[in-house]
Amino acid sequence: MTPLLFAQIVLTLFVFIALLHSAAGMVWFERRLAALLQQRFGPTRVGWQGLLQPFADVIKLMFKEELRPKAADALLFALAPVISATCAFAAFAVVPFGGTTTLLGLLPEGIRLQVADVNVAILVVFAISSMSVYGIVLAGWSSNSKYSLLGGLRSSAQMISYELSYGMALASVLLVATSAASATPVDSMSLTSIVNGQDGTWLHVIPRWFIFVQPIGFLIFLTAGIAETNRAPFDFPEAEQELVAGYHTEYSSMSFAMFFLAEYVNMVTVSAVAADLFLGGWHGPLLPESLGWIWFLLKVGALLFFYVWMRWTLPRYRYDQLMAFGWKVLLPLSVVNLLATAAGVLYFQ
Amino acid sequence: MTSAPLEYYLMLSAVLFCIGTAGVFVRRNLITILLSIEIMLNAVNLAFVAFGRMHGRADGQIIVFFVMTVAAAEAAVGLAIIISLFRHRESLNPDSFTELKW
Amino acid sequence: MFYAFAAVAVIASLLVIAQRNPIYSVLLLIASFGALSGLYVLLEAPFVAVIQIIVYAGAIMVLFLFVVMLLNAPHEDTDFDERTHPLLRPGPMRLGGLLAVALVLELIWALSVGAGAGRFGIGAATSVAAIGRMLFTDYAFAFEVTSVLILVAMVGAVVLARKEGAR
Repeated sequence: MTPLLFAQIVLTLFVFIALLHSAAGMVWFERRLAALLQQRFGPTRVGWQGLLQPFADVIKLMFKEELRPKAADALLFALAPVISATCAFAAFAVVPFGGTTTLLGLLPEGIRLQVADVNVAILVVFAISSMSVYGIVLAGWSSNSKYSLLGGLRSSAQMISYELSYGMALASVLLVATSAASATPVDSMSLTSIVNGQDGTWLHVIPRWFIFVQPIGFLIFLTAGIAETNRAPFDFPEAEQELVAGYHTEYSSMSFAMFFLAEYVNMVTVSAVAADLFLGGWHGPLLPESLGWIWFLLKVGALLFFYVWMRWTLPRYRYDQLMAFGWKVLLPLSVVNLLATAAGVLYFQ
Repeated sequence: MTSAPLEYYLMLSAVLFCIGTAGVFVRRNLITILLSIEIMLNAVNLAFVAFGRMHGRADGQIIVFFVMTVAAAEAAVGLAIIISLFRHRESLNPDSFTELKW
Repeated sequence: MFYAFAAVAVIASLLVIAQRNPIYSVLLLIASFGALSGLYVLLEAPFVAVIQIIVYAGAIMVLFLFVVMLLNAPHEDTDFDERTHPLLRPGPMRLGGLLAVALVLELIWALSVGAGAGRFGIGAATSVAAIGRMLFTDYAFAFEVTSVLILVAMVGAVVLARKEGAR
């Protein structure tokens, strides 16, 4: 076992465990931030500043009884949370979170902080997020109850509607990344090469992030990402006031925990991909490239803050308003954005 | 890692195609028949990509791109037809649509 | 590697046509598509592999699943004898099954006789950019016609699935 292979395996395990902890951290972060936005305190007693609250929640959930409705299809009922959670974790496999590092000189040559560097990385992220629709649709169907079925169908219809704008925003950023606006235009869809195209600065002041070239694309991507992960203000299908709890009404204990794990990890993945594509990934001033992951964490943290802030500030979209927005506003906007980007790339070539 | 020879891919494509054909003949459920047609289309896609790889050109993949698009269109229209048939007769068995009168 | 993916594809497809419950059929077909996607990666066509997942497994099969769930598709053949499996019933179905088996045997014989005719060349893996370039130059007409086709299919599907009498 060469040290490089060993380091790769350790890196994969590390990414997995880090994602698990990030979901737990998000639970705490959301509750504290929601509380502060509502001028109250939130969990502060369990551990310092309430940081052990998510672990207390997990222990409570583990001890709850695992219920299954009698009329539910047993195989699909058990499979649905597994599909959701698997797709959430798998999408992070191609997301790079740091530059090459030699781990303080322990390794003979640098490894990239990424589980797999694929040539079509953007499409892989897109593909896996379109597979996560199945977890929700199967959960709604197999519970064999009207609220779950309605919630499941609505939620999956919402997800596939917003996938189109998501894909077009990805295409626009890809156009920019292979054009003269990037530092290293390369004809590849690999996320690492896109991030490396954002190295350096314009005029020594403004960093070469693609958000400055594609502001509308960034907004479209983020909006579609929020709708994809079923978060407010697009969380009608799981709204407590409307549909009991939507597609996960009949789930309890660890299956429920898996759905929530999947939702938080999806949020982290969307934020990570947005940070890579639009905010320059791990490039930033003052730090050497091997410590770039600190910048990455800061950017992802900022985007997650934005996510939570959106949830507790904006009212919820009604379902028909949500679908109308996705098809009649966001999709034409993303098409126009793509066309304008293409025209711009041709003009400034 | 040595890759399997071309014949294996073609044989696999043939086997999948025949499984799809058997599905179309044997099943008496409209949706399963449509699924078997999708299996056949996929088998053909596999053959195209294998031949494209054999010649070392991208043509195989481009044809596959078009086949997938046509399959998507055909699946959408086929399912719409199934929905309107189901609304009329409340059955998905093709044997219940034997009369020409609507 | 090839054998693993091929085995999954064949077994999943066999189960698709052998299942009674249409939802299980759809899910098994998704598994078969996943295996085919792996085979495309082995054939050095990563773009087609990912497109297969996005379009086939991610969109078309969701459409199938929606229709199956909304129609509450009954288990097959309530007016037929439920005790015998579809593959064993007499009549045209058994003949159809036998024909398919005959077809498979013939094809395998034909392919094994002509073995050695084609070998995998040393052609390089084609990149997405090359595919894109070819799409817009050699196959540009087909590309545009496909977009018209999809538009026609979309309008057709909406019109066909409308309730009668509703405007």
